[in-house]
Amino acid sequence: MKKLLMTAAAAALTLAATAFNATAADKLKVGFIYLGPVGDLGWTYMHEVARQMMVKELGDKVETTYLENVNEGPDSERSIVQLARTGHDLIFTTSFGYMDPTVKVAKQFPKLKFEHATGYKRAENLGTYSGRFYEGRYIQGVIAGKMSKTGTLGYIGSFPIPEVISGINATILGAQSVNPNIKVKIIWVNTWFDPGKEADAAKALADQGVDVLMQHTDSPAAMQVAAQRGIYAFGQDSDMIKFGPKTQLTSIINNWGPYYVKQAKAALAGTWKAEDTWDGLKEKMVLMAPYTNMPDDVKALAEKTEAAIVAGELHPFKCPVIGQDGKEVECKGGKNLDPGQILGMNFYVKGIDDKFPGGK
Amino acid sequence: MGLVEAIVISIIAASTPLLLAAAGELIVERAGVLNLGVEGMMIMGAACGFAGAYLTGSTFVGALFGVAAGMALSFVFAVLTLGLAVNQVAAGLALTILGIGLSGLIGAGFVGEKIVPAPQLSIPVLTGIPFIGRILFGQNAFIYFSIALVIGIWWFLYRTRAGLILRAVGDSHTSAHALGYPVLKIRLLAVLFGGGCAGLAGAFLPLAYTPFFIPGMTAGRGWIALALVVFSSWLPGRLVAGAYLFGAVSILQLHAQAFGLGIPSQLMTALPYLATVMVLVIISRARGAAGSVAPASLGTVFVPDR
Repeated sequence: MKKLLMTAAAAALTLAATAFNATAADKLKVGFIYLGPVGDLGWTYMHEVARQMMVKELGDKVETTYLENVNEGPDSERSIVQLARTGHDLIFTTSFGYMDPTVKVAKQFPKLKFEHATGYKRAENLGTYSGRFYEGRYIQGVIAGKMSKTGTLGYIGSFPIPEVISGINATILGAQSVNPNIKVKIIWVNTWFDPGKEADAAKALADQGVDVLMQHTDSPAAMQVAAQRGIYAFGQDSDMIKFGPKTQLTSIINNWGPYYVKQAKAALAGTWKAEDTWDGLKEKMVLMAPYTNMPDDVKALAEKTEAAIVAGELHPFKCPVIGQDGKEVECKGGKNLDPGQILGMNFYVKGIDDKFPGGK
Repeated sequence: MGLVEAIVISIIAASTPLLLAAAGELIVERAGVLNLGVEGMMIMGAACGFAGAYLTGSTFVGALFGVAAGMALSFVFAVLTLGLAVNQVAAGLALTILGIGLSGLIGAGFVGEKIVPAPQLSIPVLTGIPFIGRILFGQNAFIYFSIALVIGIWWFLYRTRAGLILRAVGDSHTSAHALGYPVLKIRLLAVLFGGGCAGLAGAFLPLAYTPFFIPGMTAGRGWIALALVVFSSWLPGRLVAGAYLFGAVSILQLHAQAFGLGIPSQLMTALPYLATVMVLVIISRARGAAGSVAPASLGTVFVPDR
């Protein structure tokens, strides 16, 4: 019996060793930490689509693992450590709230490579990446400003963090460019994912006279409410036209795939470096779904706006940007607000009546 | 449709899943069993309910699927805790984890699909009455059923012999056993009833509330239902009050935000929890300790001796 156990143990050791060698020699193990379930049709779903694209493009060269439904904050640390301990060479943590845990784990595992989405803390083995989603929001604002008859837009926010704030501001600036008197009603649901609550917020906004809805939460619930109420809405993260064939005007599509493929290739080739990537419409990390359910002139205007942003002729945060208090915001980027001001945005622009939800 | 009317309709819809799940759990706990797996049974009900409705095109069949899924999962719990005398807290938590995982697997094929939401009642004239017409005569079947369910539970607990026996089992399983009542059988039925209710509550979400399925769409409602049972001191009347209060504050805080009142949204989001806990605690205090005791055998394992 003892002998048998010994043999088994030896066999297990050998197996483990070969497995380890195989991955170390020619396979790149890539790990992903997801915020929601892969089927959320929103944020996490788009990271999953990108992961699948990586697997498709690189085939045998990569082996991928993902952990879904990982809570943000300190609790996520053990999930990241789990991936690090199980031989993953490149780890993507795909939500803002994983920032500090990722920094901590990256320090503990200096030989591994980490990529954190939408954060701003970097290290030698920790890069960051995000999309310039505000570009898409600006286009949505232009469309919403044209399409709204009541002159009141509805915005469902998740958490009052700079990413969401800059989206609201870009939307309003876009809408103001076609309708200077546009109003917006904002509801914070303080969650990224709760379809019931998102629907409740959408209903509340529709009941209060909003006729174009937009959201910065992850499910298509708001789109469905808009469809029931016969008002317009925008999709979020992915093309949600299926949930509102007569409702969706367009949608911002998060296109992470090319970036994931590029970074995995760099890691395989040994050229990976921790960098700060912030790509937008031009680099196609942010895409717009087809412009639907709108008259031709609005569609043409949306396309023109998109082309101008891609060409660099139009910047949503072109100076002067006027804050809620009526004073001009300091213009650190010369002609436009600089990336730091946008990534750390902590003010509302003029035209938003609501109280700013952050400190200050 | 006026704003107040619209708000009331939203409140009723938001309260119903909590009420359905909590009503079932109330019976389970009154029988002396603590099943913490409500969230897991709800999400299973959501996944299977959506699957049923999607495959057959019928909300009713979907609801039955949801009930069956909740019951099936609660049967697993019953086998563990009643049959094998496993710790109820541990088994309940495991049930939630199992339910979340299993529902994701079952529902994976249905993500992104759409169904027709549950039809709403429409009676000529009555539904058309201004203000109260839509509220009283224009809801879907789940909502009427939830009210009937709580009335039925109240009647069962306080007006029938079977209800008295169920309460006796929950308060002192040894005495009930000594009197010759089949404690484990009664508890099994209670657990299955609770599972069915949780499954129905879960099914309400994709069938009537937000007509699509997404993994994890119950988003913690099972836990709120559990808390409501405790804070209502296991009394059906207070349970209705608690569920509707929670629903009301959740909806009203959204409207307050849309009006731009400028109150921090984090406080607003916490408000339903704060308000419900405070009000129910105050009611319990006012009634004195006598009216608000937990079933004495709650959560304890019972192994019948021969």
